[in-house]
Amino acid sequence: MAELTKGQKIQFLRTILKIRRFEEKTIQMYQIAKIWGYLHPYVGEEAIAVGACAAINKSDYIISTHRGHGHSIAKGADLNRMMAELLGKATGYCKGRGGSMHIADTELGMLGANGIVGGGIPISVGAGFSCKMEAKGRVAVCFFSDGASNNGVFHEALNMAAIFNLPVIYVCENNMYAISMSSCDSIACKDIAKRAAAYDIPGVIVDGSDPEAVYRVVTEAVELARQGKGPSLIEAKTYRFGGHHPNDPADYRDKQEAEFYKREKDPVINYKKRLLEEKVISQTEIDTMEKEIITAVEDSVKFAEESPEPSLEKFLEEVRSI
Amino acid sequence: MREIEYREAIREAVMEEMNRDPKVFLIGEDIGKYGGAFRAYKGLLDMYGPERVINTPISEATIIGSGIGAAVTGYRPVAEIMFIDFTGLAMDQIVNQAAKIRYMTGDNLRCPLVIRTQGGAGRGVAAQHSQSLEAWFYHVPGLKVVMPSTAYDVKGLLKTAIRDDNVVVFIEHKMIYLNKGPVPEEEYIIDFGVADIKREGKDVTIFAYSNMVFKALEAAKDLEQEGISCEVFDPRTLVPLDMEALLKSVKKTNRLVVVTEACERGSVASDISAKVSSQAFDSLDAPVKIVAGLNTPIPYNSILEQASIPHKADIVKAVKEVLA
Repeated sequence: MAELTKGQKIQFLRTILKIRRFEEKTIQMYQIAKIWGYLHPYVGEEAIAVGACAAINKSDYIISTHRGHGHSIAKGADLNRMMAELLGKATGYCKGRGGSMHIADTELGMLGANGIVGGGIPISVGAGFSCKMEAKGRVAVCFFSDGASNNGVFHEALNMAAIFNLPVIYVCENNMYAISMSSCDSIACKDIAKRAAAYDIPGVIVDGSDPEAVYRVVTEAVELARQGKGPSLIEAKTYRFGGHHPNDPADYRDKQEAEFYKREKDPVINYKKRLLEEKVISQTEIDTMEKEIITAVEDSVKFAEESPEPSLEKFLEEVRSI
Repeated sequence: MREIEYREAIREAVMEEMNRDPKVFLIGEDIGKYGGAFRAYKGLLDMYGPERVINTPISEATIIGSGIGAAVTGYRPVAEIMFIDFTGLAMDQIVNQAAKIRYMTGDNLRCPLVIRTQGGAGRGVAAQHSQSLEAWFYHVPGLKVVMPSTAYDVKGLLKTAIRDDNVVVFIEHKMIYLNKGPVPEEEYIIDFGVADIKREGKDVTIFAYSNMVFKALEAAKDLEQEGISCEVFDPRTLVPLDMEALLKSVKKTNRLVVVTEACERGSVASDISAKVSSQAFDSLDAPVKIVAGLNTPIPYNSILEQASIPHKADIVKAVKEVLA
């Protein structure tokens, strides 16, 4: 595998920061009730989406989850249209019909976040069939969680993807909690990657706080998939820095455990540090990058707030036609 | 006109659409060499190969998920659930995913998916293989529901279903696969939301779909001997429903009997009755009468099984009651 270029590394950092700042903003907006409903921040898990999406092409597909903003951003989503969707506006990705849990875009190959844990996993099999039938070397990356890996459809889908040799890369983001349920208490084996053995496919564990490590393992899995060698299961070990949603204090977790991950496994802190040490980027350049990102996030809020609400008249017209 | 079996009409529809559009493919359990549980796909594996006739493990949720994933990426899958009773295993994919994906993504993802399945009692296959569950799907916004009775209808409607850009739940009946009916050699399609008057009449409208159309026709024939003229109204598609034609028929006959094999509680028949009662109250000379299955799991014993679904005699009785 070719070494990552300086440009790629800088792009990784930029996207990690973009997701982090966007998510921090959405939490603020949620706390002042400008975003309502449910919001599931991706804070702490950014390196997985960034590494995985960097390993695929724009024409490849991704299938996302309820904690999906990071996946969309890493696949190239426009912050304005994302924020507009979170505010329920007509200019949002789903015209205000979907909100946080349903962002999708055909052009980005983003086949949808999902409000049902595990709901996207069977859909990834169909995307896999589509890629295989089309025979243009396209692949699909299916993100899901430790919680989803306990759902029956995980077993059905991996089995089917394996027997039909489908080009799907299953990326399990094991953030150790399904709302309050610890993965230690809910999963019969220590590592979810071991479940790959049941389907006779590769099962790989990776540090989900390291975008380069994620990039490398996903790249290998994508190569196998493009060569017609079928699906892979990758377990990215990660940690949900906040609660399940912004109003969840996560007091069911051990304080020291959370402190440990925030101190030792923060992809923003760690990756900045690494690129500075490798002299890939200077502090001044990072500061400039941060500023640009903060401006872009603020602009997305402005865009969303100034955007119109969906038309009620049009909605009622549509309802009559369904 | 030549006559062919209902299942042959299904096979012809699928073949014509597969020949017409390379994006159409079939997926489901035992649809390979076996040709489907009712042999509707006999020979198709040899003709189209395993890439377009995908024989799956017993994984209902992922059969539907496969359909959705392929549909939103440009294909036109026909996903089969062998018995409607098994849709329970795929309900999240049907109800939370397929039905909503186009709407909730703001038209970003279109899902031209046909879910072919079959239901109904009469073969002694008991409570988990005999249900009439159309009301489940009728209830969910985002799903079209088609229930063809004749060979002619099943062919024309299945072709339309495959060409539709939305999710279509296509429900056949296990007792009518071998029924023969006239089907033209030349190509035709049948639009959704267009009812078919299977028999014209003036005294009472009998609303019936799927296998119940035949029981209604038998009842109408008997009643004719007694000088009662029945109009047998087959909606063919429950969603969209040809309400205009139904109201027109009721305004002519002033009486309505709604027949369904499903149990009455929460049924499509109850909904049709409510709709007509509120929209054509002034035209009705008698309250709408529902003839439905009993509120029971379908029993195995054939005497009990037959007692739990409507028959000709029940329809005759209901017609006489609304005319009394």
